[in-house]
Amino acid sequence: MKKGLDIPIRGAAARQVVKTVLPRTVAVKPTDFKGFVPRLLVKEGDRVLAGSPVLADKQRPRILVTSPVSGTVTRVVRGEKRKLLAVFVTPDARQEYVDFGTRKATSAEAVKELLLNAGLWGALIQRPYGVMADPDLKPKAIFISSFSTAPLAPDTEFTLGDRFDDIQAGINALGLLTDGGIHFAIDKSVYSKTPFHKVENAITHVVGGKHPAGNVGVQISHISPIRKGETVWTVSLLHLAAIGRLVRTGKVDLRRKVAVTGPMAPTAAYVETVPGAPVAELAAIAPGVRVIGGDVLSGEILGKDGCLGFFQDQLTLLNEGTDRELLGWAKPFRPGVHSSSMCYFSWLTPGKKYDMDTNLHGGPRAFVETKCFEDVTPMDLFPIYLIKACLAGDIEKMEKFGIYEVLPEDLALCDYVDPSKNDIQAIIQKGIDLMIKEMA
Amino acid sequence: MADQNKPGLFEKGGKLYWLHSSVDAFDTFLRVPGTVTRRGAHVRDGIDLKRVMIMVVIALVPAALFGMYNVGLQTSLTYGLGWGFFQLFWYGLLKMLPLFIVSYVVGLAIEFASSQIRGEEVNEGYLVTGFLIPLIVPVDVPLWMLALAVAFSVIFVKEVFGGTGMNIWNPALVARAFLFFSYPSSMSGSSVWVHAPKGVDAVSAATPLAIAHDGGLAALDAQYSFMDMFWGFIPGSTGETSVVAILLGAILLVWTGVASWKIMVSSIAGGLLVGWLGQVAGATTLPCYYQIVMGGFLFGSIFMATDPVTAAQTETGKWIYGFLIGALAVVVRLWNPGYMEGMMLAILLMNTFAPLIDHCVVTAAVNRRAKRVKTA
Repeated sequence: MKKGLDIPIRGAAARQVVKTVLPRTVAVKPTDFKGFVPRLLVKEGDRVLAGSPVLADKQRPRILVTSPVSGTVTRVVRGEKRKLLAVFVTPDARQEYVDFGTRKATSAEAVKELLLNAGLWGALIQRPYGVMADPDLKPKAIFISSFSTAPLAPDTEFTLGDRFDDIQAGINALGLLTDGGIHFAIDKSVYSKTPFHKVENAITHVVGGKHPAGNVGVQISHISPIRKGETVWTVSLLHLAAIGRLVRTGKVDLRRKVAVTGPMAPTAAYVETVPGAPVAELAAIAPGVRVIGGDVLSGEILGKDGCLGFFQDQLTLLNEGTDRELLGWAKPFRPGVHSSSMCYFSWLTPGKKYDMDTNLHGGPRAFVETKCFEDVTPMDLFPIYLIKACLAGDIEKMEKFGIYEVLPEDLALCDYVDPSKNDIQAIIQKGIDLMIKEMA
Repeated sequence: MADQNKPGLFEKGGKLYWLHSSVDAFDTFLRVPGTVTRRGAHVRDGIDLKRVMIMVVIALVPAALFGMYNVGLQTSLTYGLGWGFFQLFWYGLLKMLPLFIVSYVVGLAIEFASSQIRGEEVNEGYLVTGFLIPLIVPVDVPLWMLALAVAFSVIFVKEVFGGTGMNIWNPALVARAFLFFSYPSSMSGSSVWVHAPKGVDAVSAATPLAIAHDGGLAALDAQYSFMDMFWGFIPGSTGETSVVAILLGAILLVWTGVASWKIMVSSIAGGLLVGWLGQVAGATTLPCYYQIVMGGFLFGSIFMATDPVTAAQTETGKWIYGFLIGALAVVVRLWNPGYMEGMMLAILLMNTFAPLIDHCVVTAAVNRRAKRVKTA
């Protein structure tokens, strides 16, 4: 893929695990799962094991969310209108796991049962719309990207390269859920150096290019675009390994290497922990720093009191960019500011990594320059027309212009490059929400 | 200064809150806003519209500077004054300055007022429009006419549609068109293109376009060589005469990616093709490349047709849009007895049709996508 952009931000994680954290408390957050309406299954003081159900979906009670650790439920946090925000579990010193058995998952129904009961069903994401997979559907195919091109994203070869058996077991199990097979994308630049190219029972695709080439959505649009009425499922490599481990050992083991990254990360390296761990236990956070779960383009603001999400294996620490540069827009040289456009001189220093902050670098305006969107969107669609259709809430046009093929993360770079400073991802998400509402 | 104004008085709930658009405009002009990202990507590119617009203004500077020199030069030549270089330039600068001031003061005042009414931040678009307008009108245009044209175009072409980014037609060109149709005696003919010093009767100094229109290649060659027109030592609107100065600007625009090279190239290709056809068909004796260097063709192709708001937005659409502009402009020049210059009308017409071109391109792509997914 030729189009795209790698954002040169400083603070990539060194390839070493600096500490292993069993946190003092762990949050189970229903908000991590799109399309999931939680019903609480535990109360404060209950004992849970790793893999014990904590939440169930109100409409589809088979879908469970389970605790990643064994311990005691200490706190249930609700927000406005009693919306369930998080269930906190204080882990035991010695972790115990629910045993789901290691009998072979040989049928689609058995695999489904296993994933639903173990709380790993939520790892399956359904497109269009990027919601939790519907267990009653059979997807066209399942897509997995074995690498990420997002800024400072964890190196999957380092984090999961030693879990090849888990990954293979995961592929074998998920392969039963679809007739279209498992599509497995491998990074072109490191193709034969990764163990991943040895996977079997999957259709492998070698993909190369700048971000967002590693996004599974972009890969799908090149491999087999989603047409109206079709559904595909995706799963991250991280959760594929977790599913494989569940199949192999009967345990829900969500421990993962989390990349602590960004210009404000005290030590940019990996930390081994479980999802739901409070970010303050993973990295020292200075005041005035934004803590993002995920990457700088599509990550979620966690705050310094927040907890790592179910899907997240990266933290990015950025300064809040409230400084106001005198006549910044008129300066010929702004060495600290990166721009992908040729209007600044960033092109003179292609290898430079920047200490980026969260400054918007301008005020919001109407769309003026629009070619920049196409330059960073390696998909067969017109980003600006899709965006405008979303703004207008025009279902028919959204359909035509490819709303089924995108999630906000696939157009995240449009956010970055837009000189008019529109929040493209938010616009796309609004369009998707409207589609869900209207097409339901 | 702007900082002291900020708290209280101009903030929401403050007494002068209704003025916040203007205050913000000055404030963010001085210093990059301290706003941080709330939704979406947490880091953003350094580029903003102020930067984009200032690039266009910088690209226009060579044409403007040369234009000022040329105002002096043409006056000196026509009236036999024999001025030196700095005198020529200084004279042109003094003549042009009031035009720039009127254009910016009137345009920005309306822009600020409209932003106030809408409660939005003031958009930077007028930085470019205000610079363009003095470059595409005759130097002697009365200031009140200019003010009227600016007001008309900013209000009725831009603000009623919602400001920069929403307009259909290029506001600078509409200002010119307004003058052209409202005050033809000040905008066309042979005597308006060279400044007449006070107390002297205006002397006729026809532009190459007019000469060629009336007398063909022979008459034109008698007065101006191709190189005169290439360098720009000819009468005409201030900014449009020098191919060299315009190309300097074009290099910057293309390099920075602010303007589409596809539109520039296809527009020139369209002009050349029709110019050549016209020569073959006997409509003119001029070689086709003369069409490019005469009049406002190149200035229009580089600076006006490429306005990202009013041009076609799809990449395929840009080829079509540019080509039709170039072709139409020369068609008007060759087969139209009334107007000698077709560029302005060609661009305005294609501005009108740009959304249609895009619609066709997008529909074709959508159909192709539909087929693609069916075979997948």
